[in-house]
Amino acid sequence: MDNQEFLEMQKIACKVRIWTIEGVFNAKSGHPGGSLSAADMITYLYFKEMNVDPANPQNPDRDRFVLSKGHCCPALYAALALKGYFSTDEIKVLRHIGAMLQGHPNMKDTPGVDMSSGSLGQGVSAACGMALAGKLDNKDYRVYTMLGDGECEEGQVWEAAMFASHMKLDNLCMIVDFNGLQIDGSVNDVAGLEPIDKKFEGFGFEVIKIDGNNFDEIEAAFEKAKTVKGKPTVIIAKTIKGKGVSYMENQVGWHGKAPNADEYKLALEELNAQLKVLEG
Amino acid sequence: MKIATRESFGLALCELAKTHPEIVVLDADLAAATKTDIFKKAYPERFFDCGIAEGNMIGVAAGLAACGKVPFAASFAMFATGRAYEQIRNSVGYPHLNVKIAGSHAGITVGEDGATHQCCEDLALMRTIPGMVVLNPADHYEMTEAVKAALAYNGPVYIRLGRLAIDTFNNPDTYQFELGKGITLKDGDDVTVIATGLVVNEALKAVKALESKGINARLINMHTIKPIDKDIIIKAAKETGRIITVEEHNIIGGLGEAVCAVTSEFCPVPVKRIGVEDTYGHSGPALGLLAEFGLDAEGLEKRIIEIVK
Repeated sequence: MDNQEFLEMQKIACKVRIWTIEGVFNAKSGHPGGSLSAADMITYLYFKEMNVDPANPQNPDRDRFVLSKGHCCPALYAALALKGYFSTDEIKVLRHIGAMLQGHPNMKDTPGVDMSSGSLGQGVSAACGMALAGKLDNKDYRVYTMLGDGECEEGQVWEAAMFASHMKLDNLCMIVDFNGLQIDGSVNDVAGLEPIDKKFEGFGFEVIKIDGNNFDEIEAAFEKAKTVKGKPTVIIAKTIKGKGVSYMENQVGWHGKAPNADEYKLALEELNAQLKVLEG
Repeated sequence: MKIATRESFGLALCELAKTHPEIVVLDADLAAATKTDIFKKAYPERFFDCGIAEGNMIGVAAGLAACGKVPFAASFAMFATGRAYEQIRNSVGYPHLNVKIAGSHAGITVGEDGATHQCCEDLALMRTIPGMVVLNPADHYEMTEAVKAALAYNGPVYIRLGRLAIDTFNNPDTYQFELGKGITLKDGDDVTVIATGLVVNEALKAVKALESKGINARLINMHTIKPIDKDIIIKAAKETGRIITVEEHNIIGGLGEAVCAVTSEFCPVPVKRIGVEDTYGHSGPALGLLAEFGLDAEGLEKRIIEIVK
């Protein structure tokens, strides 16, 4: 990316964060922490990396994205809306009765959502199936799936990892949003996930470790993943849970809680100030 | 001809695969037992062994279906519907993906392997998933047609397969399968017996034997457990006044309760459920177990006489 593109990506990510807060605040519930940690990578995927077209969301040759950590859909919805899949008005009624945007992604009703997800560990298997279908049909689309670090405690993640490696799914790129926190506390206090890189290496993955809130590193990782042949790639992305909203950063309490009116105002002030700086 | 419905299933897949390139088959290290190995031999490039990881297999099937394939995912009924229940519910059922799930070695006729492998709860589990079609074919010809119907239906389907080789009884020249429509195998007006799956032929033998004893029973083969054929049940309730259900499944949650739901809402009549009475099976030869649980022709004949008198 040149400087102009880099700046543009930062602006979009900031808007994704703003709409994430809008969604969770209006829903009076939802998961801001992990949405904000993942916002930069989701932005990069939809605005730089993936071959997708909001005018043709069912194009069989498109790249796919499965948000296996489905609870972080406020960031996905924000990216999809900003990309043009649907109006940002939908975000204002996120989780409301009759709304298109459900508390967890629903592929049946939401343009741009490639897989229904939210029950942890399941999206990654579906992503494997999509990658396998691509191999069968000799298509060159790529499949991306994002997992939470806590999600990696699910046995199914490792069933899927074994399968992806065995089937040599080099068109599959997993991303672990390693923000270090899950509902009950620090991931390593709850379940001792480390060394996660060694685990994936043992399962036959190409492992790339990055700062998942740094666009240079995000770009380098996705570029490298595309060159890997004969095995799947996992990007282990160290991130800051709640990134961009000072009082949410690295706070476990913001995993699944909506801001109140004052907190909402403060979050938007901070994010809009960040955007203003980026827009010069 | 004696043939297990699992084998009929494997053969049907092979036949359909000739004209349906979208069919792919997944198994969880049980291909030789579920008979998907017949497909594997013919179409190795469209067969994927997922290893002993049923949850992942169902998710992979969901992803394949999301990309236009029609995956048939097979394992033992216990693991396909029990272990992977939530994957089926959330990754297949909720998005209504075109995934077909085959559960082999269902019921007590698994035999010697015993209770851990004798799934008598699969129909109950699959019935509760919105939009899921649940099929339980009774012989080779019915299974062949059921697999075709499952393929023609755009959405999730569960098909129950049996391990035990059983006699065919349907006439292949006249047999017609219609999804969601029961088949009257014998008319009668004293009582209606509604049976499903492997025990239909046992029930057929029983009701035929009962004729000479002065009991003229109607027999309905309910190959589709969901959506259940309301019309044929209501008609039977009105015309015969009582119903007996027969299934190789827990009497909780299966055919019996599906029939009770229809009669209690639309035409209340006494219904007696014959099946596995909220217990586990155990080891033994399949036919011996069928007799012990009162689900062979002789046992059914006795039970029907007791109930009718």
